Amino acid sequence: MTSSSGAPAIEVRDLVVTNGEVTAVRGVSFSIPQGGRMGLVGESGSGKSMTALALMGLLPMGWSTRGEVLHDGVDLAKLSDKALSSRRGRTLSMVFQDPLSSLNPVRRVGDQISWVIRHHTGVDKRTAEHQAIAMMTQMTLPRPESLMRAYPHEISGGQRQRIMIAMALACYPQLIIADEPTTALDVTVQKQVLRLLNAAVSERGSALLMITHDLPIIAAMCDTVAVMYAGRIVEMGPVRQVFRHPRHHYTRGLLDSQPTMDNFALDGTSRLVSIPGMVPPLHALPDGCGFNPRCPAASDRCRTIMPELTGDTLKSACWHPIARVDEVAAQ
Amino acid sequence: MNVSPFPGDSRPLLEVRQLNHAYPLRRHKLFEPRSVLKVLQGVDFAVRRGEAVGLVGESGSGKTTLSRMLTGVEKPHDGHVLYDGSDVWSGTPEQRQLFRRSVQVVLQNPRSSLDPRMRVGTSLLEPLRSLKIEGDHAARVLEVLDQVGLTKSAMERFPHEFSGGQLQRIAIARALMPGPKVLIADEPVSALDVSIQAQVLNLLKDLVRDLGLGLVFIAHDLSVVTYTTSKVYVMSSGKIVEVGKPLDLFRAPKAEATQNLVAAILTVELGLSGKAFA
Ligand SMILES: Nc1ncnc2c1ncn2[C@@H]1O[C@H](COP(=O)(O)OP(=O)(O)OP(=O)(O)O)[C@@H](O)[C@H]1O
Ligand SMILES: Nc1ncnc2c1ncn2[C@@H]1O[C@H](COP(=O)(O)OP(=O)(O)OP(=O)(O)O)[C@@H](O)[C@H]1O
Ligand code: SF4
Ligand SMILES: [Mg+2]
Ligand SMILES: [Mg+2]
Repeated sequence: MTSSSGAPAIEVRDLVVTNGEVTAVRGVSFSIPQGGRMGLVGESGSGKSMTALALMGLLPMGWSTRGEVLHDGVDLAKLSDKALSSRRGRTLSMVFQDPLSSLNPVRRVGDQISWVIRHHTGVDKRTAEHQAIAMMTQMTLPRPESLMRAYPHEISGGQRQRIMIAMALACYPQLIIADEPTTALDVTVQKQVLRLLNAAVSERGSALLMITHDLPIIAAMCDTVAVMYAGRIVEMGPVRQVFRHPRHHYTRGLLDSQPTMDNFALDGTSRLVSIPGMVPPLHALPDGCGFNPRCPAASDRCRTIMPELTGDTLKSACWHPIARVDEVAAQ
Repeated sequence: MNVSPFPGDSRPLLEVRQLNHAYPLRRHKLFEPRSVLKVLQGVDFAVRRGEAVGLVGESGSGKTTLSRMLTGVEKPHDGHVLYDGSDVWSGTPEQRQLFRRSVQVVLQNPRSSLDPRMRVGTSLLEPLRSLKIEGDHAARVLEVLDQVGLTKSAMERFPHEFSGGQLQRIAIARALMPGPKVLIADEPVSALDVSIQAQVLNLLKDLVRDLGLGLVFIAHDLSVVTYTTSKVYVMSSGKIVEVGKPLDLFRAPKAEATQNLVAAILTVELGLSGKAFA
């Protein structure tokens, strides 16, 4: 189900998301080609979910967008709610961060999946139910027939999340936005689900926007990655390049605070490296680079002038980027 | 090496013995006999003062159900839940009250565990009110906010004004309000990004050390569990299948469930190698 032109699956230009008082997304631009996969990582509160919700037209009350969101030949940012909602689940769909609050608590989960299928494909109830069971089986959910009749609170967190993924994939969308789709899953199921999501996305030729704080998942699933901080993209490029040779200090910090089995002391006294401080609140963003209060390399310039995102394949927004290995060697 | 600051304190503070629990399964045909799902089968589990214990297992293995038994929100079909040596479900009302106040929980999802209509400050006071705890409540709020690294400006705001990561600190703060002896944390960092995750894990570790808290840490990320705990229980299909020191367990897993968990660990390097789903 690819559109005729070679247009990207989605192109976002200078997206701003604000409620008049505070601005959660401050000028974000990126583009994902058809079938491409982009990861979006960043500190909690950096605006990842708000970006996703803006693309879906599902922002909370009082929030609005500026900028362009080009998808399937239209600017989603200018569509009416009604036009947008007919697309949701069809040409673009989303797996939400919090499955419990996005499933209806008083409806059986089976009815909810079949409703999505019927709503977008118009098949009859029985067919939709069969498809729903098939999808639950594909998502390796145990006892799908009995789960169909369960209410959301009666199933485990991991099971709920797989149901959400099944719903998002139901209609072969051009773009799937997955907001932390596997955080509630244990590692074994996580790997299974990622493998399934991976296969389903390839099979459908869908593009993927994968939002997660889990760098290994991005490394495994995506070709490009954008790192967000305080409402802006601070680094963006091919995954390998960004993870192996980050130029932005925040990306470096993220990579360093990754817990791995080998970097623990056995005596229980080990401390994880953590980036000191926290993400600044939206109403008190610092001048200049948003990361400057936490950055080991911050200078006066960082504290006054906002760095722009620049570069060719690897783009970074930093006044004092980390030197590449070849640059260091040349010195 | 024993690093517990309370090495002499070997008696379990919170313990379950031979727990069994089952849920009725939904019938998909009206006249089918009702079958049950055995969610907990003969589970033994214990946590001591100043000890951090991990609980891992595949999705649906019964971790959250066990945590519901440990906090007393659900009564097991059979078996015992003991706090400080006495049976929670047959003790005196005073013992129950002490248990309720001493065992607090931090849930998987802070967004659904905090009341959206309440200011954070009010939410923080709520456990003190419902447990009828007296004292200088305002001072307690400030003390706890400080312990979790938040400023007092958080008190005036509503949950929707925070992101998931910020909310989890608030949830930890709320759990600390009644001055618990045991903290049960169900996937407390799975919704947090790595840099804050590291801070929260360091925070939990400090709380265990400084306050002598017993911590039950439920997670599916083995590296996180290894970092945070000194003993790990592995659950599978309602049973504890292996117990041990985290690094021993993960270097030489014996039970199949543990082996599966170890084999599924994903790292940045593995991801970049393109072999993650091989
Ligand atoms: N309904 C709302 N009202 C006010 N502020 C909000 C609302 N929703 C989010 N915010 C704020 O917007 C900013 C961006 O939040 P967002 O949920 O996009 O973060 P995120 O990057 O998805 O974080 P996380 O990793 O915790 O999910 C945060 O500072 C948050 O406090
Ligand atoms: N109220 C309930 N009624 C019926 N079945 C239930 C209920 N609560 C849980 N279950 C079932 O009990 C099993 C154990 O669930 P539990 O939530 O304890 O798993 P978990 O180990 O915490 O999983 P996860 O890692 O996915 O959170 C699951 O198969 C679930 O579907
Ligand atoms: S611009 Fe300055 S403060 Fe920001 S990351 Fe670069 S060096 Fe650090
Ligand atoms: Mg989010
Ligand atoms: Mg659970």
